[in-house]
Amino acid sequence: MTGGIVSLSMLLLLLALAVWTVVVREAFLAIAGFVAYGLLLSLVWVRLYGIDVALTEAAIGGGLTGAMLIGAVSRLRGTEAAARAERSGAGVHALALLLSLAVTATLALCVLVLPHPAPTLAPQVAENLPVTGVGNPITGVLLAFRALDTLLEAIVLVIGLIGVWSLAPDRFWGGRPGLRYTSDPDGILAYFARLLPPLGIIFAVYIFWAGADHPGGKFQSATILAAMWMLVLMAGLSDTPRIDHRGLRFGVVIGPLVFIAIGVLGLFTAGALLAYPPQWAKPMIVVVELALLPTLTLVLGLLLAGPPLRRPGNTS
Amino acid sequence: VNVETMFGLGAAALVGTGLYGLIVLAHPLRKIIAFNVMGTGVFVLFGALAKRGAAAGLAADPVPQALLITAIVVAFAASALAIALIVRLIESTDTASLASDPPDEAAT
Repeated sequence: MTGGIVSLSMLLLLLALAVWTVVVREAFLAIAGFVAYGLLLSLVWVRLYGIDVALTEAAIGGGLTGAMLIGAVSRLRGTEAAARAERSGAGVHALALLLSLAVTATLALCVLVLPHPAPTLAPQVAENLPVTGVGNPITGVLLAFRALDTLLEAIVLVIGLIGVWSLAPDRFWGGRPGLRYTSDPDGILAYFARLLPPLGIIFAVYIFWAGADHPGGKFQSATILAAMWMLVLMAGLSDTPRIDHRGLRFGVVIGPLVFIAIGVLGLFTAGALLAYPPQWAKPMIVVVELALLPTLTLVLGLLLAGPPLRRPGNTS
Repeated sequence: VNVETMFGLGAAALVGTGLYGLIVLAHPLRKIIAFNVMGTGVFVLFGALAKRGAAAGLAADPVPQALLITAIVVAFAASALAIALIVRLIESTDTASLASDPPDEAAT
């Protein structure tokens, strides 16, 4: 009963925040609402027994997306008033409301008439998980049973980064993304940027390694590492790398390349693309995860940093 | 009403809220936020379905949950690309308008 009340109040607060992000006047307030929404959403995942999803949501959905939106709104200041003047008419509002209500009603109806018992792949996962040598079923699904999805996702991330980079004006191609931050070297930001990264790195390695048997894994770990990197950048202790740096580009593509190589190896050793020979499953999964870690960390951090904004060679 | 149904219905409302914002909000950045709200509604619905699939000693079906992790990361990448596009649009045209006929030109 208490659980039901907690779920219901969580849901109402979530809905209220969602409405807030849509109706509030200032974009900045909408973003603040969205970050709170992301954090609340991770609690929803805990209620739905998705601890791994909750970790990802808190780190990426709330944290990184929020940071990215705040960065964008500060650069888009001044365009808000014009956009407000451009408001669509009452007819469009009424139609949009009608359409949204229809979509909501249809989805709600679908939820109410779902089949019993629910279709599930949980028994198959539970049955085959021991073969992979991994204890966390989510990691098993991500890197063994549905490895193709994870491979394509890693490739999509790299393509997304190429897309962001290609928006650079020609004269900045090969330069450094974002602006050079400066801060008081004795200030609190610089202090934290020196204090936190070592702890963050240890935490990230733990989350990475624990992901084999407990909630966690490379995505959450990479987000923490990317956040530590951003902290160091924002405190002005370091600068973003030039995007034509060979080592950087190598780090960006290493994950998908190793994943594809191991996947093709599976054709010869286990008879199928992305299959692992049984006794080698665990070590191979660890190799793939280790290779994906730098890719995910770099891509998440560089997506946040945006396209290059400074000429190559210009260090200021 | 069990937790899955409750969150499923809430998810339907989130999708509707996001869709409404996506249509009526004029500023592209606001559209991205609304689109993300709509996307999370789909995720929660999917998560509720995963919870319904609890079996064999697992509290939820791990297959949709794993796909959700993938989805969250891909949604972030898509948002990053969308934001980069908007910033570039504004820097090169000095307007955030997505209208085919920007208001300033229409006035003259």
